[in-house]
Amino acid sequence: MKEVELNTTTINFGPQHPAAHGVLRLVVELEGEVVQRAEPHIGLLHRGTEKLIEYKTYLQAVPYFDRLDYVSPMCQEHAFALATENLLGINVPERAKYIRVIFAEITRILNHLLNIPAYAADIGAVTPFLWCFEEREKLLEFHEAVSGARFHAAYFRPGGVHQDMPEGMEEKLFEHFKTLPKFIDDLESLLTNNRILRQRSVDIGIISKSEAIEWGCSGPVLRSAGVAWDLRRSQPYDAYDQVDFEVPVGKKGDCFDRYLVRIEEMRQSISIINQCLNKIKPGPISIEDNKITPPKRNQMKKSMEALIHHFKLFTEGYRVPAGQVYSAVEAPKGEFGVYLVSDGSSKPYRCKIRAPGFAHLQTLDHLSKGHLMADIAAILGSLDIVFGEIDR
Amino acid sequence: MLKILNKINGINNIVENNNLLEIEFDKNNILKIFNELKDNVDLNFNQLLDITAVDYPSREFRFDLIYILQSLTKNKKIILKTFIKENENIKSVTNIHKSADWYERECYDLFGIEFTNHPDLRRIMTDYNFEGYPLRKDFPLTGHTEVRYDDLEKKVIYEPVKLSQEFRNFDSESPWEGMENKLFGDEKSTGEN
Repeated sequence: MKEVELNTTTINFGPQHPAAHGVLRLVVELEGEVVQRAEPHIGLLHRGTEKLIEYKTYLQAVPYFDRLDYVSPMCQEHAFALATENLLGINVPERAKYIRVIFAEITRILNHLLNIPAYAADIGAVTPFLWCFEEREKLLEFHEAVSGARFHAAYFRPGGVHQDMPEGMEEKLFEHFKTLPKFIDDLESLLTNNRILRQRSVDIGIISKSEAIEWGCSGPVLRSAGVAWDLRRSQPYDAYDQVDFEVPVGKKGDCFDRYLVRIEEMRQSISIINQCLNKIKPGPISIEDNKITPPKRNQMKKSMEALIHHFKLFTEGYRVPAGQVYSAVEAPKGEFGVYLVSDGSSKPYRCKIRAPGFAHLQTLDHLSKGHLMADIAAILGSLDIVFGEIDR
Repeated sequence: MLKILNKINGINNIVENNNLLEIEFDKNNILKIFNELKDNVDLNFNQLLDITAVDYPSREFRFDLIYILQSLTKNKKIILKTFIKENENIKSVTNIHKSADWYERECYDLFGIEFTNHPDLRRIMTDYNFEGYPLRKDFPLTGHTEVRYDDLEKKVIYEPVKLSQEFRNFDSESPWEGMENKLFGDEKSTGEN
């Protein structure tokens, strides 16, 4: 029998590595510079969110969702709000639906404006990072204007949104999104035809249609493989059935396609926001049932009833009828779902969070097999990994 | 779709709830059911979205094991549910859905449910050498151990949780609504005697 000498090196990538996009420990087995096996060790950012939520009222659980995928906070609140509303059997007012769609799309642009330059930085381009952060800052001001916080907004709440947009916000948004397409063009001029970016991303980390479905991929990763699947289109929630948009798909499912899909998604988001701004009408921004949404501040000063409601809502919270529900939204990273079980009390009995990144990171071993060590950084960047949501 | 689902052997109960089908099934037939759900062209549930569990410590069949499946062609989601006892195991579906790998590991890690034939059933979320199953209802929120860096030993050490303040779990539920236990003297108010 012929003896074969295995000459593999096992190295430890992370948990503190800038290209790991957080605290990912990756055990990589290399033969020369070729990856034989890449095994992610996750959980270094596990905070027990699901357990904590079981001890909080439904309203207190909202801020935990901001802290999962901390670059796209509002979309996750959206999933939780929808799940709770589903169990409560309530329907939010029209204006709240439009506000939610507008801010979910702003969040999507924010997320992609972080992912694209971070990915570019991983494979050698520094400038986009500086450009995009300036642009992100402008968008975060809108977050701040409606919720008071740049990131951890706690703005989408079961029953609607926390407060109405300030006066003149619609015009400001409208003005801002006139300028953003130009920025995306500029960004593309830096990246899309850049020789280095193409060398590092075309044909790297290919995932086929069937594999993408099989591995539970969603969002841009699934679409880059050529599957035109978008929950906003196929299972519309809130006002997404009122707007027109296109679902960009890739051809090959490589890192470059994932980048292109994200660029195009930003353009579609701008169009969605503009349509919403044209359709949105004045009206209530949350359901007018003080058993679920708190009364207005000035009412509280005059009405005993309102004061009692306010006190009960922020101590006991509201009771949610027993049952279970799975609600999913198209978060910037993919399908973000909440499986919520209520036992009829004011605290969730179980809240399972389905994070898109968890499924995507699982494919890493498959995607990086046979590629060079340096490609792992590119693949990780293109999968849009954020550990807040993966480790939960 | 309901008709076809009803025909599958091992499916016990189907409830439609908010445009979502909730199906209870027999855990002994799990592989057959999942194969059928995936391969039947009229169902085509080709994407496993999540596996999770819900703990009910007082029940004999302690855990609800939940599988969430999606059909991209039929645009439909279903929730499959089975009941298992503590210390009971269930067959892994990793051969049918690749994505089940990590989901089952997570379920094993947080609930202690064992999946037989799983290629690599290790803990995934919790620390190396962690003990206990955090998402079980009898696991305390604060956990059992805490870590800190010890400056004398120059390393990270594990020690039992010490709370400088008692853990406060405020029960602000209204005592007048949804009360189960009768209080002393309640029998007088019902007018039975």
